[in-house]
Amino acid sequence: MAYSEKVIDHFNNPKNVGTLDKSKKNVGTGLVGAPECGDVMRLQIQVNEESGLIEDAKFKTFGCGSAIASSSLATEWLKGKTVDQALEIDNMEIVEELALPPVKIHCSVLAEDAIKTAINDYRVKQGLEPIKMNEHH
Amino acid sequence: MVQFPIYLDNNATTPLDPRVLEAMLPYFTNKFGNAASRNHAFGWDAEEAVDYAREQIAAIVNANPKEIIFTSGATESNNLAIKGVAEMYAAKGNHIITVNTEHKAVLDACRHLEKQGLKVTYLEPAGDGLIDLKELENAITDKTILVTIMYGNNEIGVVQPIREISAIAKKHGVLFHTDATQAVGKIPVDVIADGIDIMSFSAHKMYGPKGVGALFVRRKNPRVKVTAQIDGGGHERGMRSGTLNVPGIVGFGKACEICRLEMTEEAARLSKMRDQLEKELLTLEESYVNGNVAHRLPHVSNISFKFVEGEGLMMKVKNIAVSSGSACTSASLEPSYVLKNLGLDDELAHSSLRFGLGRFTTQEEIDYAIDYVKKAVTDLRELSPLWEMFKDGIDLKSVVWQDH
Ligand SMILES: Cc1ncc(COP(=O)(O)O)c(C=O)c1O
Ligand code: FES
Repeated sequence: MAYSEKVIDHFNNPKNVGTLDKSKKNVGTGLVGAPECGDVMRLQIQVNEESGLIEDAKFKTFGCGSAIASSSLATEWLKGKTVDQALEIDNMEIVEELALPPVKIHCSVLAEDAIKTAINDYRVKQGLEPIKMNEHH
Repeated sequence: MVQFPIYLDNNATTPLDPRVLEAMLPYFTNKFGNAASRNHAFGWDAEEAVDYAREQIAAIVNANPKEIIFTSGATESNNLAIKGVAEMYAAKGNHIITVNTEHKAVLDACRHLEKQGLKVTYLEPAGDGLIDLKELENAITDKTILVTIMYGNNEIGVVQPIREISAIAKKHGVLFHTDATQAVGKIPVDVIADGIDIMSFSAHKMYGPKGVGALFVRRKNPRVKVTAQIDGGGHERGMRSGTLNVPGIVGFGKACEICRLEMTEEAARLSKMRDQLEKELLTLEESYVNGNVAHRLPHVSNISFKFVEGEGLMMKVKNIAVSSGSACTSASLEPSYVLKNLGLDDELAHSSLRFGLGRFTTQEEIDYAIDYVKKAVTDLRELSPLWEMFKDGIDLKSVVWQDH
């Protein structure tokens, strides 16, 4: 399979690889996928409690190049957004930005799920209702 | 100087040996005759070339040239063997025994026959890829007409106990077919000593051209017949019609001759480099060889690097051409069924690379590959949440995974 230049670039120079302290109240963690499916993505956001902006985002991904690129891109997009703006990120924007072929669309879905799961984790920690995850496929 | 990418996927196919190409060239140009043309020199030249190639091919497996049927490759040979026996011996029985780690060409031919009402037993190998001979013997019934078990596996290189298998088949009066595509030319294969009745092999796995293969069909003790699956002019003793691929067959012959003469030396050279590669890569934590290492083709190593995913790993090691057992299930592809059928966790099957060394692999390439793969695995583990969890002492089995 031929990868787009942007996938290759994120894959070779992934942005925001790492781990945030998941015990912190202003950190939300999303762990999605499963090892036996061949993909596991962990995405974390850290929200500035004064400004309400996402001040840091980190990821680690076990998966194909497109999954790694999708999560790297997602962390870039998350930084500087409010949590509500972050909820708006749609997997198809990732597909477009990275020029993912149809068989790799679900790698972007995984990234969107990871964002939403991280946001929900954050919301629950803040005493808010989790938002409903919409069903993909 | 090492040239990139380094080809380490010689189980998928091998490059054409320049000596083979040279032997083939005249048969594309002035020696273009049809080997079945009996009335002029063009035909005679072609026929002579085919006869000579048939001898070269027979010689590498200790067969009689008359026992070699030319086909388009091992896929066709496997189909002809399995479907051809099922049809020819339908009056005798309707049961076939095979193994669930066979090549798709064998498994799908069996599935096809199952749809037509035949019974197929799929033996399950042990975790190291070897079959249990007792299980094989117990599976034989008075309706069994064929045992089909591969010589050397294409993914893990494991070599089955062919002589013991053929002895069991013979004892029960059952024919024995083997898909020896990965073995012929790499290790000694002897249809007489090994007790093989029918055998598939292919030129492009032994430095010959693609699109040409052979089916060995024993002519005595017992005399075996298979029903043709392609009807027409009655070529190849009526078992496979179609104008012969003369340049391909000439190349196949030359490829067999070179392998026969150079195999011992080549196998020693390749297994030394393979062992070095394997030993070095196993110094990485949590890496495992797949398949039995004592009964194995000399040029193959299949290794799982836990906590990194194979497809990502392949992308990381773009300077070497290898293949992976991984295919993310969400992409509606399955991880390698061979590795899964060995009982490997899906997780480990997803983390595997197959290295297939070959005639043109050099020591410099292996030295490069060792450092390169080590670095790639290490880098990807830095990116892997599973590696981090493992390092934190979290049992991944205890985690509730959120499927998508
Ligand atoms: C064990 C085995 N059998 C059969 C085949 C099919 O051979 P061919 O490509 O000649 O059809 C292959 C090659 O992929 C193989 O490895
Ligand atoms: S995560 Fe499944 S193919 Fe990318």
